[in-house]
Amino acid sequence: MKLTDAEAHWLSGGKGKAQQLAMQLIVAAAEASGALELVPIDFAHINSCHYSGRLSLDFAEFLLAEGAQLSVPTHTNASLIDRANSGLRPASDFPDEVAGAHRLMDIYEQLGCTPMWSCAPYQQTDGRPTLGQQIAGSESNAVGFFNSVLGARTNKYGDLLDISAAIIGRVPFVGLHTDEGRLATHLFELRLPDELLSDPRLPHVLGLILGREANTAVPVIMGLPAAEEDDLKAIAAAAATAGAVEMFHVIGITPEAPTLDDATGGRGPSRTTVVDSQLVASMLASLSSRTAGSVSAVCLGTPHFSVAEFGELVRTLGEAHTHPSVTVIVTTSRSVWAEVQLRGWDVLLGAAGIQVVLDTCTYYLPRSTGVTGTVMTNSAKWAYYAPGMLDVEVVFASLADCVASAIAAEIRLSNEVAA
Amino acid sequence: MNIEGRTLHPGHGEGDLLVLREPLSFWGGLDLKTGVIIDQSHPEVGQSLAGRIVAMPGSRGSSGTPGVLGEALRLGVGPAALVVTKADVNLIAGVIVAEALYGVNCPILQVAPHEMPPHGVADRCTIMAQRQDWPAVDD
Repeated sequence: MKLTDAEAHWLSGGKGKAQQLAMQLIVAAAEASGALELVPIDFAHINSCHYSGRLSLDFAEFLLAEGAQLSVPTHTNASLIDRANSGLRPASDFPDEVAGAHRLMDIYEQLGCTPMWSCAPYQQTDGRPTLGQQIAGSESNAVGFFNSVLGARTNKYGDLLDISAAIIGRVPFVGLHTDEGRLATHLFELRLPDELLSDPRLPHVLGLILGREANTAVPVIMGLPAAEEDDLKAIAAAAATAGAVEMFHVIGITPEAPTLDDATGGRGPSRTTVVDSQLVASMLASLSSRTAGSVSAVCLGTPHFSVAEFGELVRTLGEAHTHPSVTVIVTTSRSVWAEVQLRGWDVLLGAAGIQVVLDTCTYYLPRSTGVTGTVMTNSAKWAYYAPGMLDVEVVFASLADCVASAIAAEIRLSNEVAA
Repeated sequence: MNIEGRTLHPGHGEGDLLVLREPLSFWGGLDLKTGVIIDQSHPEVGQSLAGRIVAMPGSRGSSGTPGVLGEALRLGVGPAALVVTKADVNLIAGVIVAEALYGVNCPILQVAPHEMPPHGVADRCTIMAQRQDWPAVDD
């Protein structure tokens, strides 16, 4: 592999120890993955700001002490804590984690990051890289969304690597950064009745199917008649949850797939999976451990709720109040919440008994938040992770069914499509 | 036992060999007090990585992998060396930073899948991974 003069200078320590260590990480990654050169990036979304122990903090302190500077606009992923709501993770119960998470958030702000604290940075006005832009992403659903929906180019960079890429402004030129790496090889052909094609749970389930079946291939979906941005967000999140999908195409919908030929570079798929009603039904069934009985909590907003999703929630609620015995939590970002407040929806949601949590997510919050017992969610990602993280029973359902159940304190599933 | 491979991170490691059947999820899958695998879906759940030469396909899951591996090394419950089939950049990042910050070495060797020893725990072995040259400068 070849480095430019400037890159070699940084690697030898000519621009300080922070820049040198960042170069060592990126060059080691490039060598391991067979890249022949580094490519400049325009933007980064980092997860290193999510506290995962002393090392994450010591590394950030090192960067700050050594005067590290960011080369590109860098947005932060969700944190371990909600800064506005310390009761969610009490410092008395988790002293090291809470103090560490606060300090880590301060450091990444001091390094010059834009404090988004969101896993859906792409739904905020200045967090949307454009078609063909080289970037560095970390959070798995965001990597899928950047690549698939916006057509920006990134591999998935783990902690330490993501901030290193933002500091040197370079990543290994390999994988999804290249034209070749973005071509689809695995076709998912939908053969589904109309009522399933318009079912709001379908994008989540499609994501899970992609995640389970595609392995490391880039998948392409054929036969989806329409998809809103939040549907594509659901596919990206579920595909990265059940597998390691970092990019997918939807023919006629995503920007690099006007046709199957475009998506596959004219080569056609090397593998095809037919998605029929049976496959969808079995996947739906796998996401719920209950179909009847009482509900103790409803968790929405994994990934962080968008303004459009809040609009749908407000419309679905109407004048109703959720049941006082049910904890209803929506997770979102500060900037989306500010827009919700401008519309006056925060008052409606508060009056309906719905809590909003910022900066973080509910599937890794402690039990003290009321997320216990049988929990309903409209997110396949939440349904997939929570049973392992929280020891809860999970019911995956549409937003409308989650709201109806939150009002009744009982599982209410519309029977349009059998789960 | 003689395992030959490509150096992903240089160094020297010695310990009993533990061969995992499946990739390991570090974030949420490893107990940082003991180095024991706590991911209930992993076939080798209950086995400890601490002080062992750990051979596995690679890591999987969250972006937290580098930080959690590095943290395990800092706490002294990490592996003595890693042998992987995938050129796993997250593992490399974790060991580079643990070495830079704390001086703990954990070499990583990449081997072809057919060179992987059978799964389970085996005898003591030694990994010696030679440093590779840094890349040439493009003139």
